[in-house]
Amino acid sequence: MKRDILDRLLAAKAAAIPAALVTDLNTGLQTLVYEDTVHGGFGLEPDLLDEVRRRIRQDRSGLLVDPQDEDGFRLFVHVHNPAMRLLIVGAVHIAQALAPVAALTGYDVTVIDPRGAFATEARFPGVKLNHLWPDEALAELKPDARTAVVTLTHDPKLDDPALVVALRSPAFYVGALGSKRTHALRLDRLRDEGLSEAEVKCIRGPVGLSIGAVTPAEIAVSIMGQITCVRRGENHPC
Amino acid sequence: MNDTLMADNIVEQAAAWRAAGRRVALATVVATWGSSPRPVGSQMAVDDRGSMAGSVSGGCIESAVAHEAAKSMEDGEPRLLSFGITNEMAWEVGLACGGQVQVYVEAVE
Repeated sequence: MKRDILDRLLAAKAAAIPAALVTDLNTGLQTLVYEDTVHGGFGLEPDLLDEVRRRIRQDRSGLLVDPQDEDGFRLFVHVHNPAMRLLIVGAVHIAQALAPVAALTGYDVTVIDPRGAFATEARFPGVKLNHLWPDEALAELKPDARTAVVTLTHDPKLDDPALVVALRSPAFYVGALGSKRTHALRLDRLRDEGLSEAEVKCIRGPVGLSIGAVTPAEIAVSIMGQITCVRRGENHPC
Repeated sequence: MNDTLMADNIVEQAAAWRAAGRRVALATVVATWGSSPRPVGSQMAVDDRGSMAGSVSGGCIESAVAHEAAKSMEDGEPRLLSFGITNEMAWEVGLACGGQVQVYVEAVE
């Protein structure tokens, strides 16, 4: 890999810019494809370029058939998308366990809590903290299809506004901590807020896989297991 | 926390080793067939001291890949390696799970 390509790839990753490194497996030449530009050692036909950008959107690395080449597979497309994100509402005890578990799983974690005593650097060393009211924080952070949102406060004043924004976003996972009874009451409030039955049904609640989790760390594992199942587990009940 | 456990940061590790003056090669899974343990795009960085970060299988072929990576560091030429039941090296370093995997190895300039 040439120095110039390496530096540009690192810069794209550091700036959370989606990019694909395309390698010609015969020559070793490499080209970086971004959503709007291209940089590198060889050019790509427009239809191949479209396909590479499709792969970026699909987050799907793999070999690419070059129709100009009778030998078949020659290009390898390595998609480097920004990390998946986890937005945790509530800087509570479970969040202190969930944040590192999620980080280890490869997620870029932000903990949202307007209560200054909870969302502190001492309680969440090295974790991004957001002190806005949860609905404002989510509006600012704009959950996309690569974002999971989990509410952990148990406090309707904080959880409910966050859920309203999260459910109307493309977030691939929305979970809410609380017992079955708490969750049923929550759904009633959200219906009263004007959310549809289909929207409230998208909430994973009580949050997490049913593994008998008791401690904050175990609950964090059950939540991360469920997020992973929703992301990866085709046809798995989760 | 061990950074190399995090997803998708092997390129950064390779760059860090390179910046420290070591020779480095990157190995990337470019294709898999059957039940291979690591998906396409999985990477391993190797340096000239034999340090490894990341993985391209469940541990079955990393030594062989590191050996080829050392050659790429020497001659600067990339290599496309195949491992699996149809490969002549299968008895030596075949994937225990029976899958097949193709790994691209390149030196980092």
